[in-house]
Amino acid sequence: MTVALNQPATVAATKPARRRRFSVAALAPYLQATPLALILGAFLLLPILMIVVVSFWDYDFAAMYPDFLTTNYADTLGSWVTWKTYLNTLKYAGVVWALTLIIGFWVAYFLAFHIRTTAMQMVLFLVCTVPFLTSNIIRMISWIPVLGRNGLVNSTLVQLRLIPKPIEWLLYSEFAVVLAMVHLYTLFMVTPIFNTLMRIDKSLIEAARDAGASGWQVLWNVILPLAKPGMAIGTIFVVTLVMADFSTVQVMSGGQSASVALMMKNQMSLLQYPAAAANAVVLLVLVLLMVAGILRIVDIRKEL
Amino acid sequence: MTNTTNKKTGISRRSLLKTGAAAVGFAAGSGAITGFPTIWAQSNITLRQFGTGVSNLNAIADKCKADLGITLEMTATDSDAAAQRAVTQPDSYDIADIEYWIAKKVYPTGVMQPMDVKKLKYYDKIVPLFITGKLTPDSVIAQGTAPHTVGFVEAQDSKTFAKEPTQWMTMVPTIYNADTLGIRPDLVGRDITTWADIMDPAFKGKAAILNIPSIGIMDAAMIMEAMGNIKYADKGNMTKEEIDKTIDFLIKAKQDGQFRAFWKSFDESVNLMASGEVVIQSMWSPAVAAVRSKGIACKYQPLKEGYRSWGGGLGLAAHLKGAELDAAYEYINWYLSGWVGAYLNRQGYYSAAMDTAKQFMSEDEWGYWVDGKPAKGDILAPDGKVMEKAGAVRDGGSFVERMGKVACWNSVMDEDRYMVKRWNEFIAA
Repeated sequence: MTVALNQPATVAATKPARRRRFSVAALAPYLQATPLALILGAFLLLPILMIVVVSFWDYDFAAMYPDFLTTNYADTLGSWVTWKTYLNTLKYAGVVWALTLIIGFWVAYFLAFHIRTTAMQMVLFLVCTVPFLTSNIIRMISWIPVLGRNGLVNSTLVQLRLIPKPIEWLLYSEFAVVLAMVHLYTLFMVTPIFNTLMRIDKSLIEAARDAGASGWQVLWNVILPLAKPGMAIGTIFVVTLVMADFSTVQVMSGGQSASVALMMKNQMSLLQYPAAAANAVVLLVLVLLMVAGILRIVDIRKEL
Repeated sequence: MTNTTNKKTGISRRSLLKTGAAAVGFAAGSGAITGFPTIWAQSNITLRQFGTGVSNLNAIADKCKADLGITLEMTATDSDAAAQRAVTQPDSYDIADIEYWIAKKVYPTGVMQPMDVKKLKYYDKIVPLFITGKLTPDSVIAQGTAPHTVGFVEAQDSKTFAKEPTQWMTMVPTIYNADTLGIRPDLVGRDITTWADIMDPAFKGKAAILNIPSIGIMDAAMIMEAMGNIKYADKGNMTKEEIDKTIDFLIKAKQDGQFRAFWKSFDESVNLMASGEVVIQSMWSPAVAAVRSKGIACKYQPLKEGYRSWGGGLGLAAHLKGAELDAAYEYINWYLSGWVGAYLNRQGYYSAAMDTAKQFMSEDEWGYWVDGKPAKGDILAPDGKVMEKAGAVRDGGSFVERMGKVACWNSVMDEDRYMVKRWNEFIAA
């Protein structure tokens, strides 16, 4: 890329006769990059830019007024509600991340190393994706009749006389939120980890065994380090999904718990777009920092 | 378990209301002119109406096309979006179907024009609640944005609301009702008589209120006052201290575990009640009907402090003139002439001109819905489904008993932004 750019430039300065080659060679990569650049520019960069711009605007119940005010940020960052909500969202992200990572790795490991035939691996992997044939919302709402006060779990336990009265914290609680999120997002962890595990050269494991490594040592010293890129990609998926979630938190906590996106949604439903935009910018910066942190720890490109 | 099996019926009523509006444009546009076409049938007049969805009903547009030849294009939004659209896109609609508290925000911006009461054929039939604020001569005027306080302006080009009825009416009322708490009579185990009962420790973890700030704060105010914690000068327009006190109280109740959930949508409230997660909560009347239609006991419990009421009306966009303005008057006169009123009354709402609606309802329907008498036969919903069995009596009784006990109207506060900020703290706490 750099060669293509720099070399013709210097050549062109000294030898004008070779200008034609310069234009074709230099334009090709630009042309190749144009479609993606246009799409990303129009549908990602431009909207984000607009959000940033609007976050400095003034507003009342009816309209937004172009301005340069920092009050939206002052209101957002200066309120304990924001901090508490961010902490709460980060807590969900942390717990859900840990659980999906453990479960996801477990499932992927089983698929990659305990299922002998590739055909069976693919079949079982497709089985994992079956729940995704229904919508996100349906899968989430299905938990309500299971966990409710008179739901499947409680009525079964009560009928078996294991508990005297229904357990209240199963539904409309943080437990319910985490449960639903783990259910919704584990596959995002399974897929990339499974992918990296499949690429591990089996001879590495044989070599480790020949060198006298135990099963745990193979897992810890060979498989885990090689699975890191998959885990990092899965982590990015899960963390960004949880940080941006509002419907799961709203439905499963019965409106009792707050998340950052839910806070934004409340502001938007009251048409306080600039306030929501300021919130969105803060969340974007935070999530980008988190992704940057993950990429610093694991070099996805190098280890793929 | 009740949830999954009943989900469908739970939303059917609501989806009737909501999807109705979307289907209207198509249905009305394609419908052949039947019935009694008037001059409008030839001139093909279309009126664009937008509003909050409750009264944006498919059936009304169809009937309007049939009776008047006027095509109604309806758009439904939520109330905040309606307020915004009314102000920022005044040319995008001809008729605004908005709630009175929205009118309080919108009208002064000059995007609407008042109606000449002389051109309103049924002006004299409009319930006095919307003219003088008093349902009967000795009623007490309720707090909040009472419709009559924003119902008139001084002159045709005036933007300030008149204190007394004048010749210039801002909105013709369409639909209104009185809201209270819904209960599961089989599960509460005692008589519920006051708003304060929702805070009874016996219902710890089994109560819910709605998470729509502007309405939720009113329910909270009714509860606070019933408990004797505070006496508001005007529940519909609290001071900052009053808001603080109310929200602090809610936060404490939430942290003590009094609430099971906070609902935002109609079907959430139905499911909470039907599944027994909640035994007492803020509710809307169609939601009570939806729970009952599943065969589960649910009562819209009248309370001694009175009701929290809401109402909407039709207003004219400022740009209307000539034939379109005449058509709009024609439409509004038709709206008040009875068929629509009967249709709305049969859904458990109330219409603006009760006398005209009476002519379109059977004696039994009128007795059940309006007079509070026991139903002689089965009471049917507009779609033909049995709503109430013979012998049933409407919760809260007659029209006069219910609308005569309004304690407060939905409203918009001067400290609106502060209130919303504190409400978000309550939800996050």
